[in-house]
Amino acid sequence: MVDKIAYPVQLIQPDGLRVFRPDYTSLVRDIRPDQLRDLYEDLVVARRMDVEAVALQRQGELGLWAPLLGQEAAQVGSARALRPDDYAFISYREHAVAYCRGVDPGVMTRMWRGCAHSAWDPSSVNVTNPAIVVGSQGLHATGYAMGAHLDGAEIATIAYFGDGATSQGDLAEALGFSMSFNAPVVFFCQNNQFAISEPVHLQSPVPIAQRAAGYGMPALRVDGNDVLAVLAVTRQATQRAREGSGPTFIEAITYRMGPHTTSDDPTRYRAAAETEIWKARDPIDRMRRLLDREGLLGEEFLARVQATADAVAARLRSGTVEAPDPAPLDLFDHVYSTDHPLIDEEREQYAAYLAGFAGIEEALS
Amino acid sequence: MAQEFRLPDLGEGLTEAELVSWAVEVGQSIELNQVIGEVETAKALVELPSPYPGVVEELLVVPGATVPVGTPIIRIATDAATGEPPARTPVLVGYGPEAAAESKRARRRPATAPETAYPDGRRPDASPAARLAARERGIDLAVVAGTGPSGAVTRNDVESHTGSAEPSVPSERSDDSETVQRETRTPIRGVRKQTAAAMVRSAFTAPHVTEFVTVDVTRSVELLGRLRDLPEFEGLSVTPLSLVAKAMIVALRANPSLNASWDEENQEIVTKHYVNLGIAAATPRGLMVPNIKEAQSLSLLELCRAITELTATARSGRADPVQLTGGTVSITNVGVFGVDAGTPILNPGEAAILCLGSVDKRPWVHEDELAVRWVTTLSVSFDHRVVDGEQGSRFLSSVAAMLHDPASLLAHL
Ligand SMILES: Cc1ncc(C[n+]2csc(CCOP(=O)(O)OP(=O)(O)O)c2C)c(N)n1
Repeated sequence: MVDKIAYPVQLIQPDGLRVFRPDYTSLVRDIRPDQLRDLYEDLVVARRMDVEAVALQRQGELGLWAPLLGQEAAQVGSARALRPDDYAFISYREHAVAYCRGVDPGVMTRMWRGCAHSAWDPSSVNVTNPAIVVGSQGLHATGYAMGAHLDGAEIATIAYFGDGATSQGDLAEALGFSMSFNAPVVFFCQNNQFAISEPVHLQSPVPIAQRAAGYGMPALRVDGNDVLAVLAVTRQATQRAREGSGPTFIEAITYRMGPHTTSDDPTRYRAAAETEIWKARDPIDRMRRLLDREGLLGEEFLARVQATADAVAARLRSGTVEAPDPAPLDLFDHVYSTDHPLIDEEREQYAAYLAGFAGIEEALS
Repeated sequence: MAQEFRLPDLGEGLTEAELVSWAVEVGQSIELNQVIGEVETAKALVELPSPYPGVVEELLVVPGATVPVGTPIIRIATDAATGEPPARTPVLVGYGPEAAAESKRARRRPATAPETAYPDGRRPDASPAARLAARERGIDLAVVAGTGPSGAVTRNDVESHTGSAEPSVPSERSDDSETVQRETRTPIRGVRKQTAAAMVRSAFTAPHVTEFVTVDVTRSVELLGRLRDLPEFEGLSVTPLSLVAKAMIVALRANPSLNASWDEENQEIVTKHYVNLGIAAATPRGLMVPNIKEAQSLSLLELCRAITELTATARSGRADPVQLTGGTVSITNVGVFGVDAGTPILNPGEAAILCLGSVDKRPWVHEDELAVRWVTTLSVSFDHRVVDGEQGSRFLSSVAAMLHDPASLLAHL
């Protein structure tokens, strides 16, 4: 058998040629020309949304943004492998996962604008809000999966995290618990080569996926810039989970082309030459070359994709700049799912405090 | 209708930024998200996309000025019919919407912000003690020239710092169009300021000695001509500089004291067993000395390639910060300007710098006869605390000997 850690799964080469890999190709046999085009559209939309959000941050409309540039295929490929009742637990960079799950681009930025604790209702789309605390979502995914397992639900959860997060205690616990309880979790690591400024080789001298062996967890590596390969391996892992065969660890090898967040300047810690190498492996270029080779690329199609992407970006923009500021007392909503006497008391105290300011502006002027 | 774009908080909780350049001019039509200029914060150099489509009506800040977050920087005439959402006070982290900020506590916003000595946005390295001392004295660390390891600001530096903060907006005394302009006042900032600080620091901490040698390099010139014809060297700039670099690296092996640094704090001399070879380059942003890492392990071909790339990236103003730090010894090539020789100042933290003069045909005594030969003058400045005249002289004459007869280089390859 092929060593799944030494040889990452790849179905499309950077030049757009297909790779002969019958074991994995069979998992994406239903991806016909139309579906290939749809995947391409998702990739383009994801990048376009991200570019818009970065611009909004530069314009003072968002406090912060974590760009996904370069990681589109890892996110789209894995998210498109999920079924509606599967549940995705994301970190702060998975905007494309949120989009594929059906989050309205018009509300996507609310947390980053600081005008909502939760930009969307997680259970309406089965994807959580961004988790800033690195690795915490691994535990949430495991807990949810354990619950689902006890309920006998045939679903998978997927936890998204980065290479850096694998050095976190939370994630170690999640890997341990999920194995002990045979929880239906897919641990999806986007190895984008950096944890802020720290290169991955400082996290681990061996491939990140190899860490799973310590827990007895099956693991594999996939070319994270190959949307088809990511789709195939995630389908396989979610299927294992749904069947009750337990967790899988996937390391998607990709590259964060942009800064860690809009506050970061990557030129201070990595050479431009390195980024150039990864440009040649761009996930969108690769898919376009494949479509081109297979005669699926027309002017009209490209124009339609661009129009869709622009419309999504426009929606993200208008949703951002027009987002209502929250009322001060909204702070107490959603702390508990039901009413709670302590919260009620705090709400009243705060309302009384705010009332003390009534008329003060006139008095001062 | 006109919209003003206020400088947003581009990082998390930043209070100011320097406007580096405008990419648009008054009267220009611009699109939504079109890049209008570049801004440098303490964290990063970033491009600003326009939040409005329209026509640029006025640029409200001059390049080079450091302005507080919230300052209007550009006015754009927008076509109200485009259906752009109404202007909304941008969210400024830590600065709240303006109406609220004014009605409550007045915020301390300095009318002028101190010019930073680190215009590339680096936060100065400084010990906690130095930070505390700076805070107590109300001194911005960025304006203190550091003398500690790799330029870190020490407590002493803060204590001896007397310079007061300068106004951020360059004084525009030439505004009065009546008077004929007989002088130009250029604010000292950016690379110029950094270079000046580094040169002063180097010149007044390391006692410099400079030595010269003039040498017949005809054989080197011939060798370079042959190398240029080799397919391996195609497209590379095969110049005397590359050969000098190679000779220098070889000569350092026998004279390691020139590849060293003086560590004042620890009272140690640090001799490097690797060569990060700095090459001084004149760039549009000013003097830069990017260095080639681990140059001791490069073949002549690799060295040529590295020099070609390094100077190209430095000239385009895009040298990596990594390339600009960690040098161990440098070369400066004043010969390209047609100059015979120079007495270079050491790159701070290094013990030697070699200067290459122009390579010209000159009358020369060759095999006891007067002949026309290719001749150049080499000089080396060294830190006399670390290097004695003996080692400095041996080093220089050994480089000269290798250039005189490059075949002797072969023995060391
Ligand atoms: C528990 C915790 N520790 C530290 C941080 C600060 N932090 C934010 S992102 C990050 C790096 C994470 O890197 P990685 O897991 O590789 O994800 P990536 O950002 O590359 O997607 C760190 C250390 C945090 N948010 N939470």
